[in-house]
Amino acid sequence: MTLMNEPIKRAEIKPKYCRFKKNGIKYIDYKDPDFLMKFVNEQGKLLPRRLTGTSWKFQKKVTQAVKRARHLAILPYVGDSLK
Amino acid sequence: MNHYETVFILNPVLSEDQAKDTVDKFVKVLNKAKADILNKENWGLKKMAYPIQNKSTGFYNLLEFTAAPETINILETEFRRDESVMRFLTVALDKNAVVYAARRRKGEFNKNKKATKKEGAEA
Repeated sequence: MTLMNEPIKRAEIKPKYCRFKKNGIKYIDYKDPDFLMKFVNEQGKLLPRRLTGTSWKFQKKVTQAVKRARHLAILPYVGDSLK
Repeated sequence: MNHYETVFILNPVLSEDQAKDTVDKFVKVLNKAKADILNKENWGLKKMAYPIQNKSTGFYNLLEFTAAPETINILETEFRRDESVMRFLTVALDKNAVVYAARRRKGEFNKNKKATKKEGAEA
């Protein structure tokens, strides 16, 4: 059966927000693998903004931090079932 | 004078003492270039996320310092010359990073690690 024309319950969709803006985090540390793991998927790929809700300003910083961490072997370039 | 931070990985084949000597060598290079060393951290033998030069572990070290921009070239040349350095990364710290680094120096993060993690989990 198709799901077309089914009403979307707007109230049930949680609005996304940027965790950095909300919590006042100004600097993203590339040396903290546990924190950076929240922004990569199981293969170690960066998650898009549309899934994490991160604002563009901080997504750029997340990207930079993850790439630095990968260079220093703190995070893997490629992984399998990291989570 | 700018604020910098360098993380480098030393070959795990070295003994602890040799690793320490190597770090001292780089500290000397910085001192010679009139850099001000603010923080020295030794993370010890850590497992790496992927093998580098067929090694799966390495001695991680961190140096935080203020120096003239030309110093970085001198330091990185030394890193490239030394075969026991497997990886290095030098980062210029902006104003937010400086605040963060100062808190890190005070050891706030080791104590609050669990607390900050909780905050992150909620977010």
